[in-house]
Amino acid sequence: MAFRPFQAWLEARLPRGSEMTLGHRTVYILPTRHGLMFGVMLAVMWVGSINYSLSLGFAFTFLLGSLAIVSIFHTYRNLVGLTLRPGKVEPVFSGQMAVFHICLHSREGASRPALVLQWEGRPPVAVDLPPAGECLALPLPAPQRGLLRPGRLHLFTQFPLGLFRAWAWAAPDMACLVYPQPAGEGAPPPPFGGETDAGGRPDGAGRDDFSGLRGYRPGDSPRHVAWKAVARDDTLLIKEFSGERGGVAWLEWTQLAPFDTETRLSCLARWVIDAERAGGDYGLRLPGQEIAPASGERHRERCLAALALFGERAQ
Amino acid sequence: MSGASPLTPSSRTTGWLLAALAVAVLPHASHLPLWATGLTMALFAWRAIALRRPLPLPRKWLLPALVIVSAVGVLASYGTLFGRDAGVALLTLMLGLKLMEMRGYRDRFILILLGYFLIITHFLYSQRLWMGAYLFTAALLMTAALIGVNHPLPSRRFSQNLRLAGTLLAQAIPLMLVLFILFPRISGPLWRVPTDAGSGVSGLSDTMSPGSISQLSLSNAVAFRVKFDGKPPPAKQLYWRGPVLWYTNGRSWRVGYPPPARPVRYQGFGKAVKYQVILEPDGRKWLFALDLPASVPTNAMLRPDYLLMRAAPVERRLRYVMTSYLHYRTEGATPAELHRALQLPPAANPRTRRLAAAWRAEAPDNAVLVAQALAYYRRHHFVYTLSPPALPGPNPVDRFLFNSRRGFCEHFAASFVTLMRAAGIPARVVTGYQGGEYNPLGHYWVVRQSDAHAWAEVWLKGRGWVREDPTAMVSPDRVESGIQSALPAAAALPGGFGEGGAWLRDLRYGWDFINGGWNLWVLGYSQQRQLQLLARLGLSGWAEMALALFAGGGGLLLLTAAFLLRGRRWRRADPVTAAYRRFCIRLARAAVVRGPSEGPLDFARRAARRLPAAASEIHRISALYTMLRYGRTRPLAQVAELRRRARRFSAPSA
Repeated sequence: MAFRPFQAWLEARLPRGSEMTLGHRTVYILPTRHGLMFGVMLAVMWVGSINYSLSLGFAFTFLLGSLAIVSIFHTYRNLVGLTLRPGKVEPVFSGQMAVFHICLHSREGASRPALVLQWEGRPPVAVDLPPAGECLALPLPAPQRGLLRPGRLHLFTQFPLGLFRAWAWAAPDMACLVYPQPAGEGAPPPPFGGETDAGGRPDGAGRDDFSGLRGYRPGDSPRHVAWKAVARDDTLLIKEFSGERGGVAWLEWTQLAPFDTETRLSCLARWVIDAERAGGDYGLRLPGQEIAPASGERHRERCLAALALFGERAQ
Repeated sequence: MSGASPLTPSSRTTGWLLAALAVAVLPHASHLPLWATGLTMALFAWRAIALRRPLPLPRKWLLPALVIVSAVGVLASYGTLFGRDAGVALLTLMLGLKLMEMRGYRDRFILILLGYFLIITHFLYSQRLWMGAYLFTAALLMTAALIGVNHPLPSRRFSQNLRLAGTLLAQAIPLMLVLFILFPRISGPLWRVPTDAGSGVSGLSDTMSPGSISQLSLSNAVAFRVKFDGKPPPAKQLYWRGPVLWYTNGRSWRVGYPPPARPVRYQGFGKAVKYQVILEPDGRKWLFALDLPASVPTNAMLRPDYLLMRAAPVERRLRYVMTSYLHYRTEGATPAELHRALQLPPAANPRTRRLAAAWRAEAPDNAVLVAQALAYYRRHHFVYTLSPPALPGPNPVDRFLFNSRRGFCEHFAASFVTLMRAAGIPARVVTGYQGGEYNPLGHYWVVRQSDAHAWAEVWLKGRGWVREDPTAMVSPDRVESGIQSALPAAAALPGGFGEGGAWLRDLRYGWDFINGGWNLWVLGYSQQRQLQLLARLGLSGWAEMALALFAGGGGLLLLTAAFLLRGRRWRRADPVTAAYRRFCIRLARAAVVRGPSEGPLDFARRAARRLPAAASEIHRISALYTMLRYGRTRPLAQVAELRRRARRFSAPSA
């Protein structure tokens, strides 16, 4: 059979799971490069002790050798029995970092110093796991819209002596929803007249009615940043404007006819954000999918999710 | 939430690393040249200050230059870059220079390796018990520093590292003992040991001048230890014979040309004393034995002046079994030997010669003359003292006998032999040790350098060589109960506990007992002793030894592993999940792999389509799994059924 048996074996051995405990079959251990250097040093010490007939030299060499061997158990024990549970994952816009939270704890309530976690090919993150466990944020770039599934998670430790490295692989069953990147300047204006201060909005609301400040949310336009407040407090605040609520804006796929799919999605994402900020009800029409007009944070997320997963199997 | 780039040590651990390295380097300061100690200290200080404030570290090009300067300095100080002393100096300097280049993990790790290596080099100089304890502490600190280097987060306290290092070392010790005892020993040296390897030990030499033995008496170092078979002889008979000095220039005495070898005979009386001696290495060829030795250890011979000589110097602690006769009559001195025993420089010490000539004229025979000379010391109130006045000028014996009259054993022995030779009686100086200290804990005697002694032997017709000890005339205590009691309290020897009371003495006995055991069992554990020990355990041959090593070591490792992993009882996988996983693995072998987010029932439908032959079984197992995994109850019968079916399941090839 021309199937890749190793791949299948690995897949089966490493099932994507909601929670997994690193058992003795999944933790591997080998000497590090520095551990090999240590071994060479021991060999030199041993030969020197023979040559000079140093009884204490032998004793010291054997002590260090035994120390290295004992450290194998300590390093192994630092990893084995560790339980991983996927934590929360917030949706992000494409081009941002998706942050996956992995919650670690050990059932025995042991603390585990100097654990290192990394997504394959990403910079590692170290943690001193307290007895109560801890959730760790592991960022991963989200280059394109859709569902981002992290690859394999590499866990390792060389604590306490750095002579041996114990490692394990995990494939936590997690996914991050990646919205299309909202179109920036130069995007086609929204059907309700754009986010400019010029009038002509279908709902007739003025944009001058400043109603207050709120915290920055991903996707907010830099034009609404309250720069004076930023200079004062060092936190990003967004000016909110209130307008009279009234008509309904339809954000439609067909309105962006000349563009390709991704550009359309990107523009629609910008429109959704702006429409939500404007405060009126808005609906979204995509080929084969329609979201009835509404407003609010949940509606906004629903619309963005529809854009993110456009063309993929509906969730 | 915490996170940091791993394996970049925090700066806090650097201070402790420096401290550990300093502790490892420190004892070398006693024998490194001053400039090397100074440079190393400066480098340490520089690095320590650079921890606190931004002090510039040397530029890249400067370090190789400093390395070359250090190497040239070592070459200038020692004349070589190799060998023990030069090698240690070079290693220490390289460690100091490496401190300047301590950036990442790797640099620190190499520093720690250098530190461990420096620790072991101390054993080239001293393997004393306290040194072992000091270096164990250094190793503890070094290990704690290594843990710190391997702990990338700054939150950890050094005391935690220290405790963990202690735990690791404590767990390593049993395995170390097994290796120490059972790991096959190979007898060195593998290559030529440089001549500087022997430590600078002091002991009796083959010359004697006024002040040389009293100088030696200041040392509390052990010369040798003795264990008697049976009852030990009284202290005043413990004359440990060493080099016999024949030749004098009027001031100092030396062995001169040793008398030509010949068969040595004497008559021994009474019961022979049997004992064994453990001699500390002194770099000399002679062996000490009670007057007169009756047996000859292997690799040794008995010279005509009853001195045991080895072919090679004693460079390691040496144990030999001896028999001696305390009462004897020697015979068969050759005329040449007797002639040598009358040698005196022609001009020196005229007053002594005149006194001897006066006695000669009166005395009826030699024995009377000898008694007269001994009485002279008692009558004229000679004083036995550790700090005799200097005897300048060409006639030191005259000055001693007629002016100062204060002296140590070498003064008495030398002047007595001079008197005898001037009177025409063959005589010679014998050096060695007298007495010793009984250790009631170990039932052995310790003879120290402070027991060094010199006495005389005169040749009397019909009796042969007769020992005469003029020191005993002046200070009988010296011979009967040792040097501590013979000297006034003010002159008590350093390290001596003469005034200290009983508990202090007991402490000293205990300490020496421990040291004796240390020397015998730890330092003296050689290939030979290893084979002896294993033979006693019934293990002969390398194969059995290797077996014992692997069995012992392996057993210990299992115990350690069980102890360490006892808390980490990873729960067995949930039986339902485990059974289903097994089912999935079997399907995967038949090229039906469950997708990452494929539900069990979806998967079952797909698998059943691919493997129609096993469809019913696939559905049954999947239904059981779904029910047990997601259902509210979990009937044991169904769990058993699932496990059974999963175990029996085999996917037919598609």
